[in-house]
Amino acid sequence: MPKNSKKAAQADAMLEVRNLAKYFDVSKPWLARMIERLPRQILRAVDGVSFEIRRGQTFSLVGESGCGKSTVANLVVGLHNPTRGVIAFDGIDVAEARSRVESAALRRRWQMIFQDPYASLNPRWRVRDIVAEPIRVFGLVASREEQNAKVGRLLTQVGLSPADGEKYPHEFSGGQRQRISIARALSSNPEFLVCDEPTSALDVSVQAQILNLMKDMQKDFGLTYLFISHNLAVVYHLSDKIGVMYLGRLCEVAAAKDLFRRPRHPYTRLLLETIPDLEMTGRQREPVAGEVPNPIDPPSGCAFHPRCPFANKRCKSEVPLPIDRTGHMVACHAAEEGRLPATQFSAPAQAAAS
Amino acid sequence: MSKNPLGVVQPLSLLNRILDSDIFYSFSRSPVTVLSAIVTAVFFIAAAFAPWVAPHNPFDPATLELMDAFTPPAWEADGSTKFLLGTDDQGRDVFSTIIFGSRVSLIVGFSAVMFSAVLGVGLGLLAGYIGGWLETMVMRMADVQLTIPAILVALMIDGVARILVPVHLRDVMAIYVLILAIGISDWPRYARVTRGAALVERNKEYVSAARVIGVHPIKIMLGHVLPNVMGPVLVLATIGLALAIITEATLSFLGVGVPPTQPSLGTLIRVGNNFLFSGEYWITLFPSLALVILVLAVNLLGDWLRDALNPKLR
Amino acid sequence: MALLEVKNLRVEFPTRRGTLLAIDDVSFDIDEGEVLGVVGESGAGKSLTGASIIGLLEPPGRIAAGQIRLEGKRIDHLPYEEMRRIRGKKIGAIFQDPLTSLNPLYTIGRQLVETIGVHTELDDAAARKRAVELLSEVGIPAAERRIDSYPHEFSGGMRQRVVIALALCANPLLIIADEPTTALDVSIQAQIITLLKKLCREHKTAVMLITHDMGVIAETADRVAVMYAGRIAEIGPVRDVIKAPRHPYTEGLMGAIPMVGHDVERLTQIEGAMPRLTEIPAGCSFNPRCPKVFDRCRKERPELIQVGSTSHAACWQFAKEASGA
Repeated sequence: MPKNSKKAAQADAMLEVRNLAKYFDVSKPWLARMIERLPRQILRAVDGVSFEIRRGQTFSLVGESGCGKSTVANLVVGLHNPTRGVIAFDGIDVAEARSRVESAALRRRWQMIFQDPYASLNPRWRVRDIVAEPIRVFGLVASREEQNAKVGRLLTQVGLSPADGEKYPHEFSGGQRQRISIARALSSNPEFLVCDEPTSALDVSVQAQILNLMKDMQKDFGLTYLFISHNLAVVYHLSDKIGVMYLGRLCEVAAAKDLFRRPRHPYTRLLLETIPDLEMTGRQREPVAGEVPNPIDPPSGCAFHPRCPFANKRCKSEVPLPIDRTGHMVACHAAEEGRLPATQFSAPAQAAAS
Repeated sequence: MSKNPLGVVQPLSLLNRILDSDIFYSFSRSPVTVLSAIVTAVFFIAAAFAPWVAPHNPFDPATLELMDAFTPPAWEADGSTKFLLGTDDQGRDVFSTIIFGSRVSLIVGFSAVMFSAVLGVGLGLLAGYIGGWLETMVMRMADVQLTIPAILVALMIDGVARILVPVHLRDVMAIYVLILAIGISDWPRYARVTRGAALVERNKEYVSAARVIGVHPIKIMLGHVLPNVMGPVLVLATIGLALAIITEATLSFLGVGVPPTQPSLGTLIRVGNNFLFSGEYWITLFPSLALVILVLAVNLLGDWLRDALNPKLR
Repeated sequence: MALLEVKNLRVEFPTRRGTLLAIDDVSFDIDEGEVLGVVGESGAGKSLTGASIIGLLEPPGRIAAGQIRLEGKRIDHLPYEEMRRIRGKKIGAIFQDPLTSLNPLYTIGRQLVETIGVHTELDDAAARKRAVELLSEVGIPAAERRIDSYPHEFSGGMRQRVVIALALCANPLLIIADEPTTALDVSIQAQIITLLKKLCREHKTAVMLITHDMGVIAETADRVAVMYAGRIAEIGPVRDVIKAPRHPYTEGLMGAIPMVGHDVERLTQIEGAMPRLTEIPAGCSFNPRCPKVFDRCRKERPELIQVGSTSHAACWQFAKEASGA
């Protein structure tokens, strides 16, 4: 029975994440530290992230390298154990599911699709065995024939043919391998799919096929997606709600159109500036200087302050807390203090607004 | 897939796939490798079918006649075609003793390699996949053992085991003790290679996919990781076979290997050594040549296999 | 006369299963100071084209036919030593991975000074001064100090700036940039692109920008060539090709790219996949996937045909004697 007393109020929430944090100890081995007198080094990959995904929604996490979005994805599916915080799936606190039976029942309801189509399929297994693995592990069908039939159906649904089950992964292209990954993910009839940059390694035309497929699957099976990406255009096309991450924290969370029309965090605005001008409006981009700092040694206070044109003394010392106004969350002192100029419309936002 | 003239696609049989593969192509292109493979195959077959292949049974006392002792090889003046390579001090046909001796050498060699491989790969997988203190322990044990030459390790284990085994069982157990000794002497190589490969595979996304579903770690190790680390292990095993045969020959030569009732090539070399300087060179020369040829062929095969399986050279 | 002229380039790979044609009769020009984008998906042959021009084609690949002229003189099939002199001095290169483009064992100062020394008359002290100037130009802060750092002490974006400095140090006439920003974060990509544009404008260096990313092309190129299965499908001014593509492949490609502000339910899907080198169809190589295919496409291979005043597309739709659509 779910132990979350707020379950009734959040019946809609497929996934709820509260104050999630994951720290990795990347210190050098003990002996080296003793000899070189080095301190322990902790990588705060995710440092207090909270968000919620409603049933049937697509929620995207965007950010650049080191922002922690992939770590969040791994935490949600259980590949890492959180250092702090709560992950509640359909109201059930994931950490509370202790017994193998309970945790298997939960695991059946989510699945993950990975970025690298060449590493996400075991090169020594046949495609039908790869796709059938979740079915076998969760004991979803009674006989071999049923299993093969189901695999055949899944392969057809993702645009391949049942005969492809006999082949090995190396006989397929990158796009086709992602389709196989999607078939594997769907084979356990999950409700929730975590997609970690599934199209970043694919060509543009193949990406279009996979994105269309994912939209179709979402409609056909009523899926909820957590979509991780660094590509803002893809995220614009696919998402209902978007969260922007920087160095382990969420800067801004808003409905997709809102984020692009009225970006409130300076980092979001910087990211929007980097979107290339494919409409050929001839607008001049103004890239903000600076690079993403080393996550092992992040800046104090607001992690973005070294690159932020609106940083003041408070930004250097105090971590901004998330402020949520009508569903649009932003964690920024300048926004809170009203120091941010009225929303700058960048060209893509202008197009989005029209 | 191949297309027959009607354009219908047919799946290729396994044999066709092997013959058509890049590996077979590189194999057929290298005459040395083909020759080595033929030589090795000849040894295997002769050893397997020894009772039928060998012209005599040198270990059946009923067929021996002391009168035949010290017959030189067939091409010499006093030789006879009955004993192609001559006979030893008890009238045993040297050619037949080589065939039977190779059999013992190969059996011990193979079994020892199996033992090392299973032990080494198993420990290596655990070390690479699970990591932590288990990895540290296994790797340090391997490191320590690697500082001692394998032959000395085998000698040590052999010696200790002999003391533990009661006298009347010594001859019977000798082969098993030998296999154990040689097997233990070689596991670190397999463990190191497997651990390295397991470390690489552990971070690949297909392993993560299995973990997301909740597959048990042992099943992941055996079902997912193991098939992908077998390549280098196969190369090690081929070269390991050559090593095991030499180690066994050395131990038998020293007199602490196989019992005299089941002589291996090493024993034959030792026995024949006594007669080398009295002119009956053939009793030690031919078993030595056989050993050298066998080990050389297996080594060359292993060399080719390593190059063929190296993705960078393909 | 254009700075670089590529005429009927043909690159082959002999394999044990027969000869594969990787680049099939490709021709284009690059003028002085111009940025030509070469865009295509993986396997289209764009990187091979760049490698052929700069003489870094890996054997067994070889230039089987065609000519490459730099400043009017042929540079294909030059002996190794001569090509080496041209490479670096007249043609510079920027590759995708900044980590492997720089030697990790030497300081960047040493690598810069060495390259400057090889291609110019400057002595060591003058070369070092020039190196510091270059590093400042590419935006490395405190260049005087950082010139003695090792590559691993820089971030990815900084390293790529150093690579650009290396490419520019001998004042080449042409730079071949093969996916220069693909391995970088988006905000750094934007910085590097702006930098590259600015520097090439200032030094009047022409650029052949090879990438799969149309966005980079839109921001940087003057003209763009779209490659498909070893051939050029369309070539023209970047504005025309992107906003009003003529070749059905380019149309499909632009429709497949999601764009902020464009609300579409489904992205344009080009059915099938780019053919493998062993299975290139007869006639127009795009014909099995083309929504506008007609008879002639399956039989005859189209040349680049002029469309409008500035673009060319290899498509039979635009032939004056097209046998009806």
